[in-house]
Amino acid sequence: MKTLTEKILSRASGREVSPGDVVEVGVDLVAFHDLTGYHVIEVMERVGVKKVFRPEGVVIAFDHLVPPPDVRSAEIQQTIRRFARELKLPNFHDVGYGILHQVLVESYVMPGQVVVVADSHASTSGALGAFAQGMGASDVAAAAITGRAWLTVPQPFKVVLEGRPRQWITGKEVSLEILRVFKADYFVGMSIEAFVEEPKAFPMDYRITVANMGVEMNADALMFVPDEETSKYLKEMRGVSLSKFERPDSGAKYVDEYSIELDNVDFLVAAPSSVDNVKSARELSGVEVDVVFIGSCTGGRLSDLEVAAKVMKGKRVRSRCIVVPASWRTFKRALELGYVQTLVEAGCVVTYGTCGPCIGGHFGVLGPGEVAVSTSNRNFIGRMGSPQSKVYLSGPAVAAATAVLGRIAEPGEVP
Amino acid sequence: MIVEGRVIKLGDKIDTDVIIPAKHLKSTDPQYLAQHVFEPIDPEFYKKAQGAIIVAGKVFGMGSSREQAAIAIKAAGVRAVVAESFARIFYRNAINNGLPAIACPGITSEVKDGDLIMVNVETGEVMVGGKVLRGKGVSGMALEILKAGGLIEYLKRLQQGSRG
Repeated sequence: MKTLTEKILSRASGREVSPGDVVEVGVDLVAFHDLTGYHVIEVMERVGVKKVFRPEGVVIAFDHLVPPPDVRSAEIQQTIRRFARELKLPNFHDVGYGILHQVLVESYVMPGQVVVVADSHASTSGALGAFAQGMGASDVAAAAITGRAWLTVPQPFKVVLEGRPRQWITGKEVSLEILRVFKADYFVGMSIEAFVEEPKAFPMDYRITVANMGVEMNADALMFVPDEETSKYLKEMRGVSLSKFERPDSGAKYVDEYSIELDNVDFLVAAPSSVDNVKSARELSGVEVDVVFIGSCTGGRLSDLEVAAKVMKGKRVRSRCIVVPASWRTFKRALELGYVQTLVEAGCVVTYGTCGPCIGGHFGVLGPGEVAVSTSNRNFIGRMGSPQSKVYLSGPAVAAATAVLGRIAEPGEVP
Repeated sequence: MIVEGRVIKLGDKIDTDVIIPAKHLKSTDPQYLAQHVFEPIDPEFYKKAQGAIIVAGKVFGMGSSREQAAIAIKAAGVRAVVAESFARIFYRNAINNGLPAIACPGITSEVKDGDLIMVNVETGEVMVGGKVLRGKGVSGMALEILKAGGLIEYLKRLQQGSRG
C-alpha cells in the first residue's frame, strides 16, 4: 500500500522508501532558465566538469530576462547559448518560446518522473503526477552532471477536490483557499497528493496553477494523481497516448487528509506581503489599484486569458494592465480564439513568454507607493519593484475586473 | 563543529526576496551580494552581520531557489542560521555553501536580539545562557558537504578521488 510519493521515489532510488528516508534518486529531467542557468554553468566550471548525464535529459528555456533588459542579461544568455551549443543539448529554447515551467508541462514531463529544476516553481510539473523539486544552482549542477540527486522522502498528505468550481473560479482561488486554511508553514516536509473526484471539473490548466503554488505552501512537492484528464492533456498537447500511469494504492497511508468542496471556493486574494494573508475579494473592494498583471508561470495560461477576455470584452481598463501568456503556444492559441484582440482593444499591453514584472525585473516594475493586483505567485516586500509598493495576488477574474474598475473587484461588479 | 556568536533576531516567514532582491541575481560575487543582504528591510544589515548568528522563526528562506540568498548571508559574515523551521531549498543552499543551518523548534521564545549563543552543528544543541535547546543537527551527506566548505568543494574532491 504505497502513496504516489513512495512509488515514484522507490522506483527512482531502486529501493523501497518510507517517509523520512534520505535517498539518492536517479532524475529523469534536469532544467534551468537564464537567471539560474548561468549560475549552474559557473558551478560546473568551478567543479571542472563540463558534461551532462544525458543531453536529452536537460531542458533549458529563457524566461526571466526575456527579452534581455540590459547588457548583463544579454551576456548571461550568450553564456548559456554557447553552453547548449557546445554540449549539443537538443532541448534548448531561446527567447520567444515560453516560461520554463509551462514549457516543461507542455512538452517534456511525464507522469511518475523525477524532475529537478533550478527554480522554486518546479512544483508546477507536479500537475502531471511527476515528483518535481526546485533546487539551487549547485544542486542542479550536480544533478545535471551525475543524473542523480539526494533528497528526503516527504510525508505524503492527501487533498481531495470534490464537486466543481463556480464560474470563473480557477486553480488560483483553490491554491489561495489551501493557503487560507493551512498557512504557508504547515506543509514543510510534506508532499501533497491531490485527488480530483470529477476529473473534467478541474482541468489541467487549473491543476498546473495549484501545483505551481505548491512551493508557496512550502510543500516538498505537490502532485495531482494522474487520471483521464492527464491522458487527455498529453494526447492533445503532444499526441502521446498513455492510458496507464502510476497511481497511489487504495488504502495507502497519509499523514493526514483534507477535502475541499470546490463549489464553496470564493474569489480570494492574498494581501501584502505574504501569500497566506488571504482575504475575500469583497473585503478588499475599496483598494485602488495602479497596475494589473495577468501572466507568469502561475496565471498566464489559456484559461486565465479566456477568463480575462470574457470579463474585459467591450470594456476599457482603468488600471494599467499588462498581459503575458506563459508560452508561444499559449499566445498563439489565444490569438486564434480572439482573446488577444479583446484584451488589446480593452487597452492591455500584451507580450508573451517572459516572467516580466513578476520578479520586478522589467516590463512593468512598480514604483514607490504603487499598488498592483497580479495573477502571479508572490507578494513579498519589493517582489515586483519598490519595497514601498504593494502586491495583491488573485485569480484572472478578479484581476480583470480590477483592471476595468480600477479597484479590487469581483467579475460580477463589472457593468 | 561548534559555532558561537551574537544573535540577530528575525521574524517568521523571512523570504528570499527580502534576503536578496531579484535585481541582484545577475551576479554570484559573494562580496557584492553581502552588501545587499536584507536590503528591503535593513539596507545596513551587512555592517552588523560579521560574526553574528541569525535566529529566525518559521520557514526561514521561503520562496525562490536563488542560491545567492545563502551566499549573501554567509559572505556577510553570519556564522550560522538557527530557525524554528526552514524552507527546503534554502536549507540545501545553506549547507551547499558551507553555512550551518539548524532547525530548532522553540528557539525564538528563548533567545533575544544580542544574546550570545553557541551551536553544536552536529548534535543540533543550542546553548543559550545556562539552557540547552535541542535542535536538528546536520548529519550524513549534508554534514560532509558542510565540512568540505560547500558542494563545489565536495564535488571537486570526489572528482579528484575518482581521478586518483
